[in-house]
Amino acid sequence: MANTKEVRKQIASIKSTQKITSAMEMVAASKIKKTQNEMQLGRPYSEKIKEVISHIANSSSEYSHPFYEHRETKKACFLVVSSDKGLCGGLNINLFKQVIHKSAELKAQGIESNFALIGLKAASFFKSVGGDVVANVQKLGDKPDPDALIGLTKTVLDLHRNGEVDQVYLCGNGFVNTMTQQPKVEQLIPLPAEETDELTATHWDYIYEPEAQELLEGLMTRYIESLIYHAVIENSACEQAAKMLAMKNATENAGDLIKELELLYNNVRQAAITQELSEIVGGAAAV
Amino acid sequence: MSTIKVSIVSSSEEIYSGEGTMVFATGSLGEIGIAPGHTPLLTGLAPGPVRVQNGDDEKTFFCSGGFIEIQPDLVTFLSDRAERAESMDEAEAVKAQELAEKNMHDKESELDYTKAAAQLAEAAARIKTIQKLRKNK
Repeated sequence: MANTKEVRKQIASIKSTQKITSAMEMVAASKIKKTQNEMQLGRPYSEKIKEVISHIANSSSEYSHPFYEHRETKKACFLVVSSDKGLCGGLNINLFKQVIHKSAELKAQGIESNFALIGLKAASFFKSVGGDVVANVQKLGDKPDPDALIGLTKTVLDLHRNGEVDQVYLCGNGFVNTMTQQPKVEQLIPLPAEETDELTATHWDYIYEPEAQELLEGLMTRYIESLIYHAVIENSACEQAAKMLAMKNATENAGDLIKELELLYNNVRQAAITQELSEIVGGAAAV
Repeated sequence: MSTIKVSIVSSSEEIYSGEGTMVFATGSLGEIGIAPGHTPLLTGLAPGPVRVQNGDDEKTFFCSGGFIEIQPDLVTFLSDRAERAESMDEAEAVKAQELAEKNMHDKESELDYTKAAAQLAEAAARIKTIQKLRKNK
């Protein structure tokens, strides 16, 4: 049977782990507010640019942008948004599973895939799984800077322009609420066709200053950038929420463990006392 | 008086949303004035002040590069970075301009020329906005 000293040591070590996890829970809880706030602040821009893009899609434009063009698909690119830090439950791995699943599905149709990765976790996962990684951005921190994503976006869009990639998927976690995060894989390029609304009824087009092609090229790039940026922000809100939940569970589990160990400690202590007593009684009887 | 719906957004926040009787901005091909009922227009947005008039009331905003979409009943400014002109600090703007100029003249520096030129244009536009705002006061 274990001795009291050993059990006491174990309890102390679990208690200090519990302190750490509960501190991390509180940190995550305070960060959730910030990241959610940022999500709210970025929303007007993504809504407005979406509106503009849908107006353009509905206009009888003289120039049709390649992002709308459905071409024969030979290669797809997955843009995977992950967190930099772990300790957030199954958040990242659930997403990666979906990405792998989708990529296998495409492979069955004869479509190869490559990957553009955001976040350390995705980088280390796809390094171990072995995938063709075309671009990688890491350590964006708690407040992601849109400028940091430009390089990655450009790499992916250039691949599409050169015809090396025909489809682009954006994969990230969607924030449902603090308890639920939904991994999702969405098609980015070609852009899904917009539903028609009253604007299509009449034949109209913009005046473009300068040329339509130049302008739409810039606007489309900004649109894709804003979608990716939004996915990164949303993922960081998910990360904090998942982290808070994971740490809450860890703290509770530590509490259960401590209770069990305390019971064991008392058992051991009692057994030792009983043994000592019986030894004394035995000794006295012998005298 | 008829009005047009104006929204100015930047990638990190919403700057302004409201009605205006007349809007002035710097397009990529020059200054434009937008009145209600304007024909649909899509153009680049150059760094500079955006003025929104609503009757006698006038508000000034600073926008860096982006896009302007105009429909007969609404105008949307998609700015990479926008701020209320009141909150701008002239000293900061001048400092940014000096830095940009230095980068441009500095042959040794590895900074590419177009980036420096863009920085300079933005800083100059910022100063222009502040000075315009001062004059109005």
